Amino acid sequence: MAEAVDRQSEQGAPGRALLPVVAAAGLVKRFGLLTANDRIDLRVDPGEIHALLGENGAGKSTLVKMLYGLLQPDSGTIQWRGEPVVIDGPAAARRLGIGMVFQHFSLFDSLTVAENVALALDGGESRAALARRLAKVSADYGLALEPDRYVHTLSVGERQRIEIVRCLLQDPRLLILDEPTAVLTPQEADQLFRTLGRLAREGRAILYITHRLDEVRRFCHRATILRHGKVVGVCDPRHETPATLARMMIGADVGSVHDRRADVAAGPVRLAVRDLTSAREDRHGVALRGVSFDVRGGEILAIAGVAGNGQAELFAHISGERASDRNDMVAISGLDAGDKGIGERRKLGAAFVPEERLGHAAAPRLSLSDNAILTGHGISRLMSGWRIDRAAALAVVDAVTQGFDVRKGRRDPEAASLSGGNLQKFVVGREILRDPALLVVSQPTWGVDAGAAAIIRQALVDLARRGSAVLMISQDLDEIFQIADRIAVIHDGRISACHPIAEMSSERLGLLMGGAEQVDAGAR
Amino acid sequence: MDLATAIILTVVTASTPLLLAALGELVVERSGVLNLGVEGMMVMGAACGFAAAFTTGSPSVGILAAMAAGMAMAALFAGLVLGLVANQVACGLALTILGLGLSGLIGQGFVGQKLEPMAKIAIPLLSGIPVLGPVLFRQDPFVYTSFALVGFAAWFLSATRAGLILRAIGDNHASAHALGHDVLMVRFLAVLFGGACAGLAGGYLSLVYTPFWVTGMSAGRGWIALALVVFASWRPGRVLFGAYFFGAMSIGQLHLQALRGVLPDFLVLPGQFWSALPYAATIVVLVAISRARGRGGAAPAMLGTVFAPDR
Repeated sequence: MAEAVDRQSEQGAPGRALLPVVAAAGLVKRFGLLTANDRIDLRVDPGEIHALLGENGAGKSTLVKMLYGLLQPDSGTIQWRGEPVVIDGPAAARRLGIGMVFQHFSLFDSLTVAENVALALDGGESRAALARRLAKVSADYGLALEPDRYVHTLSVGERQRIEIVRCLLQDPRLLILDEPTAVLTPQEADQLFRTLGRLAREGRAILYITHRLDEVRRFCHRATILRHGKVVGVCDPRHETPATLARMMIGADVGSVHDRRADVAAGPVRLAVRDLTSAREDRHGVALRGVSFDVRGGEILAIAGVAGNGQAELFAHISGERASDRNDMVAISGLDAGDKGIGERRKLGAAFVPEERLGHAAAPRLSLSDNAILTGHGISRLMSGWRIDRAAALAVVDAVTQGFDVRKGRRDPEAASLSGGNLQKFVVGREILRDPALLVVSQPTWGVDAGAAAIIRQALVDLARRGSAVLMISQDLDEIFQIADRIAVIHDGRISACHPIAEMSSERLGLLMGGAEQVDAGAR
Repeated sequence: MDLATAIILTVVTASTPLLLAALGELVVERSGVLNLGVEGMMVMGAACGFAAAFTTGSPSVGILAAMAAGMAMAALFAGLVLGLVANQVACGLALTILGLGLSGLIGQGFVGQKLEPMAKIAIPLLSGIPVLGPVLFRQDPFVYTSFALVGFAAWFLSATRAGLILRAIGDNHASAHALGHDVLMVRFLAVLFGGACAGLAGGYLSLVYTPFWVTGMSAGRGWIALALVVFASWRPGRVLFGAYFFGAMSIGQLHLQALRGVLPDFLVLPGQFWSALPYAATIVVLVAISRARGRGGAAPAMLGTVFAPDR
């Protein structure tokens, strides 16, 4: 199948004289008042790995959705190998030779791998023939798949493999990947880069969306940078530094975190988790097995790991959303709290920021002040007797707005009307302003743009410096290395020993996240 | 014809309308749409089927009219929940209320009229088999259709590409849309199919089961059909079992009540108890099945959620 595509030079550095695979000119897409894409020009050549860089909301996904036919541009043209085309749907895109790997995978959990693959093809092929092709492509590219497994039983890395193989079966000339490494371990990401390099050498063009600058510099040939829906630059990332790329993306220097390791005098143990063990809650759940660690006042302990290795269960047990089997499995501020509810744990000085902003950390259709009351009614002065003190709740909203630069239209809007980054600043700020003795936060900057992420990370560091204990569950290794004092890795419901961050390399961390060194689980 | 054969025959007639309606709803729900209006579509099928058959004198026209009525109701539902992205539960309930009212209006002129029961079609040779012959091979077209539909639905869902797309849409409509499948069209066709099946089930009631029209004659069967789909964990084969189990229980309780004089006194329970028994027993049995089979209990993940593609 690879023979169909013109071969390119070794490094995949494309000759400029070549006809581009795809060239967009003046693409405009509006959603109501918002101009998501404003006169975008983009050119991708054969054999090229082309990065599309930008913050959240810069218009990257909108642009590729137009290339894949999921959205129609309001104006502008798309040329495919020199010919003007109208791509009126994904099927049309596939016919041209465009394949796409989605950020939130477009897979079907209750179907098998083979069925998932068949759904992305245009039909007319027998199941046996498809199975043969599937086996051949996965062998050719070293992307192992078991066709009869159900998708819900697979890991994230395996799921991504399905998406990629599914695209390769269509022998695409252009492969679009939307933030493919966001959910992978470093080792899985390296495997992906090797595959992509090989595809580029076969002459295929790759359009790669990301906001991870180091990846772009390592293996992309060209980068188009978007900001607020406009192209602000095209460059060769191999000749740029992370700082110059970031400046183009954000339009200003990214605030770095200061004061990160003031000497950490070991404070009292604020959170002690002792041999926390739980059964699997359902077929998607993970059983926790003997998880033990301490978090002391003044430090940030990060728990790294690939999603779905027990982080959700751990958070639920610490926050009190799930009661533990034994009372002493979770102790907050020295008191056994394994059977206590969320409110009682808050009264012990704990605060919690779950991963999901909408629907878990905040009730989407309630106003911000109502949301402040929801987590604060037990411990702050938001109640006068049995009555809600509206003015106090509004004061909390104002304080968070000011302290965390929450941008919103009205004084007290619905939570759902805030952008992701601003709502995250609000839910983190709401807890931090209560000055908790212990803050447990899951994925504090997940899907948040760099500016908001910097504010949130600085606030976590400041909180720890004031003597609180911070437990941060995160998948973002950059973030962990930036602010954590100690780190532990969770894998398949077990936790590694806690290491000081200085003693941990990202390679070692990757191995731990992938399940190597399981033996050191629980050792301390 | 002995008593046993007679009882089994009545079980078949009691089960067929449930089976037809439940199969239609099963396909609808596998596509991710929850249509609670089965009762309304069914009773409209009964009224229109009877009206058409009585007016034209042709049972075939009656059957077609019953299906058309069910589909018209389904199309109305689809327009609301697919086209206008309305709440499926509210629209389904409204559809039932509308169907019950509208069918009373349509059937008003036909109250007290009577049709000739539809002729049974005997399959040569096979119908001569004792007991099984009359039960299985000397039936009206509805019964044959209902069996054929079970096989068709099972084959369609598991072995065809269209069935795969329908299941995929029920599992994750955003992904299916991203892959270029027409979510709304597939759901529209599924809802129409469900309407045709419910209409057919209603037609069976007024053309075969009791060949006359009575207001509200669906008598809750649409709701039973809905429950059967859930307890059968969205599998056609289990719907067949569930429908016949419920049919057998509902006929059985009538015979048990008739034994009142024969049974010892302590077994003489109020009639309401026996009337309730089929419902309770069916739930217990189907819950036991879906628990025993473990993984099969999962509902289509998108069931009852709305989908509006941005464009």
